[in-house]
Amino acid sequence: MITWIKNGVLVDPVKGIVKKADLVIEKGKIARILSRGAFRHKGPRLKTIDASNKLIIPGLIDMHVHLREPGHEYKETVETGGKAGAAGGFTALACMPNTIPPNDCRSVTEFILEQTRKARLCRIYPVAAITMGQKGETLTEFGDLKEAGAVAVSDDGFPVKNSEIMRHALEYAGYHGLTVISHSEDTSLSNGGVMHEGVVSTRIGLPGIPAASEEIMVYRDISLADLIGCPVHIAHVSTAGSVELIRRAKDRHVPVTAETAPHYFSLDHHAIIGYDTNTKMNPPLRSEKDVQAIKKGLADGVIDVIATDHAPHSSLEKDLEFDKAAFGIIGLETALPLTLNLVREGVLKLPEAIRKLSHSAAAALGIEGGSLVEGENADLAIIDPEYEYVLKEKDILSKSKNSPFIGKTLKGRNELTIVGGRVVWKRCRA
Amino acid sequence: MREFSHKDLLGMADLSVEDINLILDTAESLKEISTRDIKKVPTLRGKSVVNYFFEPSTRTRTSFDIAAKRLSADTFSLSASGSSTVKGETLIDTARNLQAMNPDLIVLRHSSTGAPHLLSKEISAGIINAGDGINEHPSQALLDMFTIREKKGRIKGLKIAIIGDISHSRVARSNIIGLTRMGAKVTVSGPPMMIPVGIDALGVAVVHNPEEAVKDKDVVMLLRIQLERQSKVLFPGLREYASFFGLTAKMLNRAKKDVIVMHPGPVNRGVEITSEVADGPYSVILDQVTNGVAVRMAILYLFIGGS
Repeated sequence: MITWIKNGVLVDPVKGIVKKADLVIEKGKIARILSRGAFRHKGPRLKTIDASNKLIIPGLIDMHVHLREPGHEYKETVETGGKAGAAGGFTALACMPNTIPPNDCRSVTEFILEQTRKARLCRIYPVAAITMGQKGETLTEFGDLKEAGAVAVSDDGFPVKNSEIMRHALEYAGYHGLTVISHSEDTSLSNGGVMHEGVVSTRIGLPGIPAASEEIMVYRDISLADLIGCPVHIAHVSTAGSVELIRRAKDRHVPVTAETAPHYFSLDHHAIIGYDTNTKMNPPLRSEKDVQAIKKGLADGVIDVIATDHAPHSSLEKDLEFDKAAFGIIGLETALPLTLNLVREGVLKLPEAIRKLSHSAAAALGIEGGSLVEGENADLAIIDPEYEYVLKEKDILSKSKNSPFIGKTLKGRNELTIVGGRVVWKRCRA
Repeated sequence: MREFSHKDLLGMADLSVEDINLILDTAESLKEISTRDIKKVPTLRGKSVVNYFFEPSTRTRTSFDIAAKRLSADTFSLSASGSSTVKGETLIDTARNLQAMNPDLIVLRHSSTGAPHLLSKEISAGIINAGDGINEHPSQALLDMFTIREKKGRIKGLKIAIIGDISHSRVARSNIIGLTRMGAKVTVSGPPMMIPVGIDALGVAVVHNPEEAVKDKDVVMLLRIQLERQSKVLFPGLREYASFFGLTAKMLNRAKKDVIVMHPGPVNRGVEITSEVADGPYSVILDQVTNGVAVRMAILYLFIGGS
């Protein structure tokens, strides 16, 4: 089978160009990229996809999702998360280890990959736990986990408090070529807080999480990376202070990469007025000043990656009092339009925006993908950047519906997703 | 009487100056009922008021109960330990079940900020917030404002100091919002770890030293210090608090000559206030309790929409 995607505009985030081009897929790979109409094919088995008025982009890569399998299949599974991802334009997801049991051993990693093969949707890259049971005490078997298919280690949600253990994790992960993803939070300072500590928390009477609780640990992890020369990736950066710390570290050539999530540049703490539990996540929505700093960090390249921190929770965890509700929101199906807002605001150029959602994530994880080059895997998405719509709960494919963007107008939508040359998701025309 | 359009009383933040005046005026006209020989009028006959208290409360609960009974409403009391919440039922489910029994008003006390807001979206009965987490306690603020107006003849332009753990006090937050809205000049005072970030954005001055804070004030309002109930240890101890932040008669000399001293109760004698001051000539603490019934009668009356 040969697939010919014609009449589209191709976005190459690596070369930083946007051009009219046709793309031909053969045997799961990008066989040719050529000027419009230049493709000639004789014989049967040709599938044509018309991408008129659409953009062809590399499949998006989300390096921070929670797929909840095993253990919390009522919230999400590899399959439903894969479907939500594919619908959002993602072709690869890295899933965090805070499952039940946590992904701290080969058998859990292998189970996730087995579920991935059955689902036949996005590529899934398991992120294993840094410590056994995510308890922060004993390192997991990084070598065995890497062999099983893990690409990174993280104690997401349960930050490693012990600095010596974190140091050894960075050292040993560096040896195996695993990325260490740090959830930077001093829980002794954030404990009990449910939103950003600031004028809004004071006004609406909710316990605060100070920006310093993130920044203290960002600085610790930068210090450790600097000390031993091993890379660290800072997850979900949310504060101006963190951006500044990472900026200075990069200036000194400390091997640090960083991600933020779309909600941290799309919403600020005022969104919590009214106590909608879908505005509760960790780290929390910060101040306007922080939002501006995140945007600047993205524009300046201080923040390399946009990742969703897709955190599905059911109504059981969300239809509760604000302080009792779980932290986290879904993000796979809204990341693209929210990131395109940055292009429309002039914060990022289109190829840069796509790069942060794809190639930069691949680079941070040390995996392939995120570029449109002949010979690469045919992982791509065809998107309509101008399509405007109101997000409706019933249209969300994720098993959980905990999004603060329900009812909001979004602009830009994925239309078709191809993984390894195979169409895994196509929008049904309403 | 003017049409009152609110379904719920979730916080002072939702009330306009006109709303507040209406509630206080209504309370004034209802206060006299409690002095009669037969302390009951048929105004809310046939109406049902549920007192739903997830947190221990004596004063507020009793005050609402008496207020409802003086207006002839039927009252039902539920507490967390006696309800299905101990069996794992969610707040929303409990509320829906209550709603199914058609009460007219639910008076809710809950340890979570926003709990009454959550209920108000789910059910059609009116919700009166009787204290949610560290957020608001509007009926307390209204009775405090009623007391101030009664003693001072006005609220606008008065200088008021609120001293104590501002960070964790719903009484403080409701009073700050209400009093500033009514044109009072509010100063908050207490040790730095008890003053929340950005409180000045609510239109108040911050003076940490209470001796300075009470200077030239018309009203000094104390908050109950409950170090033992705080999840985080904020302060070295009660002795230290009493020594450096407790209100003494000497300190009060710096206030205006006709100052009134208020406290939402229960009073920790010898901690935030000395007995001498609590029982002294400037204290209006018991007037607050009396006025609490009148103000809550007004709240029940207006929010049920009685005529």
